[in-house]
Amino acid sequence: MNRTATDLTRETDAAPRRPVLLVLGCTVLGAAAQIFMKFGANRLAHPGLIGMATDLPLLSGLVLYGLSTVLLVLALKDGELSLLYPVIALTYVWVTVLSLVLLHDKPNPFKLAGIAIIVIGVSVLGWRGKR
Amino acid sequence: MLLMLVASLIGSSGAVLLKLGALELKKGFWHILNTRLAAGVAVYLVSWYFFVLGIRHGELSVLYPMVSLGYVWTLLWARLFFKEAFTREKFAGLALILLGVFFVGLGSK
Repeated sequence: MNRTATDLTRETDAAPRRPVLLVLGCTVLGAAAQIFMKFGANRLAHPGLIGMATDLPLLSGLVLYGLSTVLLVLALKDGELSLLYPVIALTYVWVTVLSLVLLHDKPNPFKLAGIAIIVIGVSVLGWRGKR
Repeated sequence: MLLMLVASLIGSSGAVLLKLGALELKKGFWHILNTRLAAGVAVYLVSWYFFVLGIRHGELSVLYPMVSLGYVWTLLWARLFFKEAFTREKFAGLALILLGVFFVGLGSK
């Protein structure tokens, strides 16, 4: 199939480029949010709504989640839900990589295999759109 | 574990509401303030509460894949509500993602 430049910019595919990029941004912010939330949840002395609502790391995580949700919504405007939503699993990849780099977690074979399989899975999802 | 299953189900219905709300944005960016999106965000907050309770107690190797079940629910809802096609790519990609998340959970003990 011959594709011209105009074909590539026309957003008629199930996975047009802009929504996919927006979801990628959404996963990066989501990963940062999870790291804040994990930190906050671990040190939470009094579980319950009030304890959660006054915990700064948890709140920062929530704000980042809010921003990542805005990106997700912008992506969903033009893209398929069933295709874009699983891409959010890339968040696990960023969380694992950030933990290795920032928190000096020891790399272990299970995690490395896991993030590799997730990346392959997301690529398979995007197959049709990249054609 | 049950908490995470509940969180995944609630989260997936949140995704449906977000998609509904996102369609409103076709009228312009400031339509981002609409009731469907607000409902979606409210539903996410509820699932977030269950999620935080869940990660305080429990094995990540089990908990992570449970949350990812939300992707499976969402695939079903998208077909049901938005007539999005089931494709081989979606099933294969999703299966690989679930497997990958399971491995990440195993490595997170």
